[in-house]
Amino acid sequence: MSKRSIIPILYILFLMLPIYWLVAMSFKTTNEILSGFSLFPQTFTLENYKVIFTDPSWYWGYINSIIYVSLNTVISITVALPAAYAFSRYSFLGDKTLFFWLLTNRMAPAAVFALPFFQLYSSVGLFDTHLAVALAHCLFNIPLAVWILEGFMGGVPKELDETAYVDGYSFPRFFVTIFLPTIKAGVGVAAFFCFMFSWVELLLAKTLTAVAAKPIAATMTKTASSAGYELGLLAAAGTLTIIPGAIVIYFVRNYIAKGFALGRV
Amino acid sequence: MKTENQKAWLFVLPVLLLVAFNALIPIMTVVNYSVQETFGDNLFFWEGLGWFEQILRSDRFHSALGRQFLFTFLILIIEVPLGIIIALSMPKKGIWVPVCLVTMALPMLIPWNVVGAMWNIFTLPDIGLLGYFINNTLGIEYNMTRSPIAAWITIVTMDVWHWTSLVVLLSYAGLVSIPDAYYQAAKIDGASPWKVFRYIQLPKMKTVLTIAILLRFMDSFNIYTEPFVLTGGGPGNSTTLLSIDLVKIALGQFDLGPAAAMSLIYFAITLLVSWLFYTLMTKDDAK
Repeated sequence: MSKRSIIPILYILFLMLPIYWLVAMSFKTTNEILSGFSLFPQTFTLENYKVIFTDPSWYWGYINSIIYVSLNTVISITVALPAAYAFSRYSFLGDKTLFFWLLTNRMAPAAVFALPFFQLYSSVGLFDTHLAVALAHCLFNIPLAVWILEGFMGGVPKELDETAYVDGYSFPRFFVTIFLPTIKAGVGVAAFFCFMFSWVELLLAKTLTAVAAKPIAATMTKTASSAGYELGLLAAAGTLTIIPGAIVIYFVRNYIAKGFALGRV
Repeated sequence: MKTENQKAWLFVLPVLLLVAFNALIPIMTVVNYSVQETFGDNLFFWEGLGWFEQILRSDRFHSALGRQFLFTFLILIIEVPLGIIIALSMPKKGIWVPVCLVTMALPMLIPWNVVGAMWNIFTLPDIGLLGYFINNTLGIEYNMTRSPIAAWITIVTMDVWHWTSLVVLLSYAGLVSIPDAYYQAAKIDGASPWKVFRYIQLPKMKTVLTIAILLRFMDSFNIYTEPFVLTGGGPGNSTTLLSIDLVKIALGQFDLGPAAAMSLIYFAITLLVSWLFYTLMTKDDAK
């Protein structure tokens, strides 16, 4: 243990404190929370979690979120793969302009798009469906996926493609059986970032849904205001939203740092 | 060398269609609103550039823009150096690397309104861990619903908590790509730690830092959910950043014309700053 490791330790401690507080609160009763300050739960309770797991309006929020996030990840990666391949291997009319234009879509404030998105998806009859949220999140996830995948593909020598063609592989067969396995780390990283940004985004998800596809994060804001200020319940729901991210991050831990480094702006 | 191939357009087409559907149609809707006036009943009148003029001259817009720039400036000036320092002091190999990476990335994976709610209960004066500690243990008055300064400190601290890890992860990725030989050469030359940082580590981190600063700029400039949940823009208007003000005008007052004009100005500023920064940072590479 060297002297300089004190910095990351302090930083991680700082990161964990608010999370600890959220988790600790989720095991307290609302009464205990409001009655005063206590560092640990005095009367440990699982009541808050029980409410969430037994009330459909709560647990469907989770299911909805997971459905549209997965859908978005699949759509983004599927369309980004060929596009990233084109950007990394070929030059074509307007390729640089197109690449920059794609990136500009990450710069648009979601607040700007909320109302037009509502009108657009209502007019095509997709309002309050999982597909609407999944498609809307493509706005910022596809550019990111193309960017990351292009970085990984750029690291694969072109000779690989050429050898495969000489050996008589057709393009689709080469792409699926040789190229994809080569860049599977890149696909993992891109999928991770799509998952992450779709999971944490709320403004568009909330605007595009009413009941049937309502995300968990939106359920939280509503219940917190209608049923008084149920802090324990809110904390339990918040704690549960951290878990999917934590699971995903554990699987891609070795690639996250690499993913950004290989991309280019 | 890339092969010239116009058929590559076919590969890009699905991306183009999906993004265009999501980007062009809504932006055209916004442009459409920005030049019209409505009195309800779906009746619209041509307004020309009136809304743009009104927004550009309004004090409300100027002060929201000022707060937005101040916020983004504070975020960049704190998160970027802090992120670099943490990345420099992280272990390069061993079992602690994945532990660091996983725990540091965790805040970025929490839904934004949960981040806001979490910081809200963390800073409540009577029952929040931080709020209680500052008020009762340190004896300093701290209540972000009353004092604008406390509200500002809280939203900045929250963002530092939420996003510094992005800078850390990117800088770290740049650092681990430096071959050991560079450090050995520096050691033989007797270079000081500062010289090693300035002439070896910093240049190697330049690309990833450009990405980090660009992403942090765009995201902090467009921030909405977290401060909205945490402070709601208050006390008064002290933490009403641009997006919060925009949503107030668009959905609160339903003034679609001014809101649309403001959206376009807002978007244009983000684009302009990003483009300037990107061009400046990549100028040397082009030579």
